[in-house]
Amino acid sequence: MTLQHYLVISSILFSLGIFAVLTRRNAISILMGIELILNSCNLNFAAFSRFVTPPDDINGQIISIFGIVLAAAEAAVFLAIILSIYREFGTIQPDRTDTLKG
Amino acid sequence: MEFVAIKSLVFYAFALFTIASAILVVTVRNIVHAAFSLMIMLFGVAGLYVFLQADFLAATQVIVYVGGVLVLILFGVMMTSGRLDMRIQIERGQFVLGGLVAALILLLLLSVISNTPQWKGIEDDGVILEPTTHHIGEMIMKGEFLLPFEVISILLLVALIGAAMVSRQEVRGEE
Repeated sequence: MTLQHYLVISSILFSLGIFAVLTRRNAISILMGIELILNSCNLNFAAFSRFVTPPDDINGQIISIFGIVLAAAEAAVFLAIILSIYREFGTIQPDRTDTLKG
Repeated sequence: MEFVAIKSLVFYAFALFTIASAILVVTVRNIVHAAFSLMIMLFGVAGLYVFLQADFLAATQVIVYVGGVLVLILFGVMMTSGRLDMRIQIERGQFVLGGLVAALILLLLLSVISNTPQWKGIEDDGVILEPTTHHIGEMIMKGEFLLPFEVISILLLVALIGAAMVSRQEVRGEE
């Protein structure tokens, strides 16, 4: 297991997340894509903290923990917004909620 | 020797699990199936954290993501899909174009990873670290991460209050 193994795994997760954000037409699926992207980012932090910095330096892991907390807060706000959009429009397809479209 | 072989076998199994279930998350049509694939993928990432000797991080991943975020997502699915079918619509043109963009990004990242000389061939040195929980606790509560920790706790509070405000039902006749 080298550093590059982890980097390849996380770059695959990242591009799958981008793919989900670009193609899915359901807001919750887009949230899942964002979670994939955040996970790949946290994995990168942990991998660099293990392989590049000295062994007892775990700053990268702490940044990953902060990333997890941010992802949780983001998911809560995202789902609250989705709920009120659903109440307003009756759908959560992002291209149907076009009231502000010029 | 035997131990190393078993270790790398388990590592590749976790990596395969993670990537396969991530592919399911982005391709499966039924949104509940996608959510459960996301759960498997999150467990796989937690396993990779264990391989990086980040024990506290792996536990946090399982507790916060699988126990919190995933349950939130499932609640979101059930409150917004109703009795309608839970299929996700995908347009063919969008599918092709999005796939192209994602593949280009993947190619770019892979070429950067394989061409950066500092990242080449850094092996796992096999040193077993001490459990990180004690160290992390000291760094967060009295080390250099005290201020970010307090800031993030305020951010969590703001996010929770904001989420409750945004999602509450409008009460009629309230002035």
